[in-house]
Amino acid sequence: MADPILSVRGLKTQFFGPEGVVRAVDGVDFDVFEGRTLGVVGESGCGKSVTARSVLGIVDRPGKVVGGSMKLRRANGEVVDLGTLTNEQMRKYRGPEIALVFQEPMASFSQHYTIGNQIGEGIKLHMGLDDRAAKKRAIELLDMVGVPQPARRVDDYPFQLSGGLRQRVMIAMALSCDPRVLIADEPTTALDVTTQAQILDLLRTLQKDRGLAIILITHDMGVIAEMAHDVSVMYLGRAVETGSVKEIFETPKHPYTRALLRSIPTVLAKPRTRLPTIAGSIPHPFDRPKGCSYHPRCAEIIGAVCEKAEPPAVDTDDGRQVRCFLHGGMEEAKASLAGASA
Amino acid sequence: MIAFMTRRLLLGVMTIWLISILSFIIIQLPPGDFVDAYIAQLSSSGSQVSAAEAENLRQLYGLGEPFYVQYGKWLARIVTGDFGESMEWRRPVTEVIGDRIWLTLLLSFAALLVTWGLALPIGIFSAVRQYSFADYAFTLVGFIGIAVPNFLLALVIMYFAFVWFGASVGGLFSAEMALAPWSAAKVWDLIKHLPLPALILALGGTAQLIRIMRANLLDELRRPYVVTARAKGLSESRAIIKYPVRAALNPFASNIAYLFPYLVSGSIIVSIVLGLPTVGPLLVKALVAQDMFLAGTIVLLLGVMTVVGTFISDLVLMWVDPRIRHQMD
Amino acid sequence: MAQIDSEKYAVATQLQLTWWRFRRHKLAMISLVLLVLVYLLAIFADFLATQDPHATDARTSYIAPQPIQWFDDNGFNPHVYGIKGVRDMKTFKLVYTVDPNRKVYIDFFGQGYEYNLFGLIPTKVHLMTLRNAERGDGIYILGTDLLGRDLWSRLMVATRVSLTIGLVGVSISLFLGVLLGGISAVYGGIVDTMIQRTIEVIRSMPTIPLWLGLAAALPNNWSVLQVYFAITIIISLLAWTDLARVVRGKFLALKEEDFVMAAELAGASQGRIIFRHMLPSFASHIIAAVSLALPAMIISETSLSFLGLGLRPPAISWGILLQDAQNIQTLALAPWLLISAIPVVVVILAFNFLGDGLRDAADPYG
Repeated sequence: MADPILSVRGLKTQFFGPEGVVRAVDGVDFDVFEGRTLGVVGESGCGKSVTARSVLGIVDRPGKVVGGSMKLRRANGEVVDLGTLTNEQMRKYRGPEIALVFQEPMASFSQHYTIGNQIGEGIKLHMGLDDRAAKKRAIELLDMVGVPQPARRVDDYPFQLSGGLRQRVMIAMALSCDPRVLIADEPTTALDVTTQAQILDLLRTLQKDRGLAIILITHDMGVIAEMAHDVSVMYLGRAVETGSVKEIFETPKHPYTRALLRSIPTVLAKPRTRLPTIAGSIPHPFDRPKGCSYHPRCAEIIGAVCEKAEPPAVDTDDGRQVRCFLHGGMEEAKASLAGASA
Repeated sequence: MIAFMTRRLLLGVMTIWLISILSFIIIQLPPGDFVDAYIAQLSSSGSQVSAAEAENLRQLYGLGEPFYVQYGKWLARIVTGDFGESMEWRRPVTEVIGDRIWLTLLLSFAALLVTWGLALPIGIFSAVRQYSFADYAFTLVGFIGIAVPNFLLALVIMYFAFVWFGASVGGLFSAEMALAPWSAAKVWDLIKHLPLPALILALGGTAQLIRIMRANLLDELRRPYVVTARAKGLSESRAIIKYPVRAALNPFASNIAYLFPYLVSGSIIVSIVLGLPTVGPLLVKALVAQDMFLAGTIVLLLGVMTVVGTFISDLVLMWVDPRIRHQMD
Repeated sequence: MAQIDSEKYAVATQLQLTWWRFRRHKLAMISLVLLVLVYLLAIFADFLATQDPHATDARTSYIAPQPIQWFDDNGFNPHVYGIKGVRDMKTFKLVYTVDPNRKVYIDFFGQGYEYNLFGLIPTKVHLMTLRNAERGDGIYILGTDLLGRDLWSRLMVATRVSLTIGLVGVSISLFLGVLLGGISAVYGGIVDTMIQRTIEVIRSMPTIPLWLGLAAALPNNWSVLQVYFAITIIISLLAWTDLARVVRGKFLALKEEDFVMAAELAGASQGRIIFRHMLPSFASHIIAAVSLALPAMIISETSLSFLGLGLRPPAISWGILLQDAQNIQTLALAPWLLISAIPVVVVILAFNFLGDGLRDAADPYG
């Protein structure tokens, strides 16, 4: 496989609130490749969205990226660690290199400007086009994402569009400066099922045509199955399992991944059977469990170890990465626990 | 959009109508009919009114007829520009009021501009730098602005100006300009005198608007579209000014509708303390002397002014908020 | 412990929750304490007054504030200085000034002018009276006015009048506001539209000219009490709109709430739903709105009286006291007349802080 466009290692983002520090992202690793989609999946509050914002350097205060590297390979082959850039330098990358598509297209547009204005803004800023050229490009983009009558729609306000159209416009806006990485944060959550399928189709087509690298953030395993090439499963700020979509769906290794997959409703299930759920609920961010943070809900807990030691990321033979003592790291943990108590 | 305008226009007409009724009630309220009062006033100053003249007057004003007939006659005369005669000054009411109504309008409008000019930047600053020292300082000044009624503020400022500079800060003109006919020099004199009264008048409203602006902007700053703007690579200041500030302007604009009547109201009492040649002192004098045509006319004119001002502010609101403009599309 | 706390929270009423949240606002708590003190001051106004607030005496015209001297050669022995007449040798006018050579001693709980405590119990007891007073002597903590009346005593009585006018006015506004706002929300349709338009019309009128016009029309021969109530009603007539909007807004929002729906499904009558379920959950909002409406009322009365069109002498209110300080010549001569402005500002500020605290506590998101 070619070199990744974006390679994130040990990313840590923390929020410094008056009640203490919340470790929203706590050591996340992933690679994104040209023309491929990385699915990031997990329950709400697991740090998916913060990960996306950390990459762009737009984490809201009091949040801050405190560690790790985010290496971006630019078109000319130059490799830049986004974490080392100042906000001012980073601005050049937002739009032309990495772009973001949001969950709520209504709230993510300002209601006070036409969509043409909002799409054209980045174009004017990054490509140096004038008003007329920017509007022309905005119309082309709207056409590309399948907005009917783009020349007329370009002067509409967001509140005049339907939900599906708004999301298309949002994608057009994200693509306005030809980014190489597209981060889609729950792009279809707010849409109904048919519209959802159309938007996912659109994303796939765009990826094929332009070789886009996509990071797809979602809590929906169905969307992952349909879209992703690679998957990273997140739990409480960590990637607990990373691998190809086929492997993860066919032979999930981490107990959490297994539980997630079990809780997907399927048409093949027997009618009137209870859908399995994951026992317990996500711990409060200040109340992170010691040891493996999943152990209080884990069905396959290994007593004495999981409660005390944090499982390391283990590379398995099939090229996956798992953080679970079931798959390695047990001996080292036992040894260090024994050493600590001695 | 047309529906919005129509609704606002109808509401304005209704308000004017209601104010006209109230003004007429004020004219009517003193006991006895005002022709008696008028005759008494005239005879006390030595003039005599014949019975025929008195009867003519009664006929003209429809006295003795039902309230609505009298009101109708009064309204009909007003439409032709005849507001009646001031008993105290024995001149047509319009002549007595003269420039004063325009000076009232000018003062209120100047205060409106001061209010915007101060509240907008301070509100933005306080929200963007929430909990900074300046934010606390502005909040404190804002609270004082709300708590000190503007006539008190005028009194205190006047007192300290007197104690420290030995100067009187009242008036809209220098002594030698007050009675002079209008000229470029007089206008310049007015412009020089306007800022202080306008500032005193504006302080209360400014304090409230700062709070509204700050609260709204704090809300807007948390919205996803701000993240969108940042994700596009906009600079922080541009992202804030173009999007959340623009959105926070919306309630700002809709508040003008209540700010303007408030300023017109306040100008009355501030004018009395500072001795400004607006309709304020005239109104109070007329009311104390029961010079009811003068008082009623002033109330009516102020009301109409307010309604027109409010309507203009609605047009501004429509211009600011595309959602209102496109409601009918 | 945490367990008990969360149980306490679970069964607390909306008002209790609001109170707990309110206690965290320091400024609002201080304001509340301060306002309670000021209202106590108002209740015991006559007791605290050192002399009859209406008694005039040309000898004591414009006496500057005199501090109480707490000690003399014999230790703690509170006294003030007497007043003596001196002939100004230039103008040959008799001028009264303070005479530091003559001490007038202060008695506590002594007998002074007669008044009714709480408006019921006739008594002559005052906090401070003078023992060996001659004509013109008095405890002039805040000085005197042109007619020689003691400003401190007048301020006490004025505080009572101005504060109660606010309360009475707000009660009337509250009644109108809850009634019309409630009707507007419950019946909706054409009734709602009419009430809402009326509110908009009232809100877009310049209030002071209208107040002035109506107040000026009150007959001259009305008694102090009649004028007091007339002025209160005039002010409340234009002030109920804000409360009506709050009530209507909350009513409409609550109508959609699940617990109201649940009560409806359980077959509760409309009256029961409104009074048992809905009213308690926005009572705190109403309290907040009221505490923000009170200062506006007080300012209105003060402004009207200040212009000479509100309460009329011999009534005493903050506005009437400030009326004496209206022109710059008087102020230059007797700047202490401006002292009356301080309680106005402090009370209005305190009500604003209190209202803000209550509003935050009632609705942390609103």
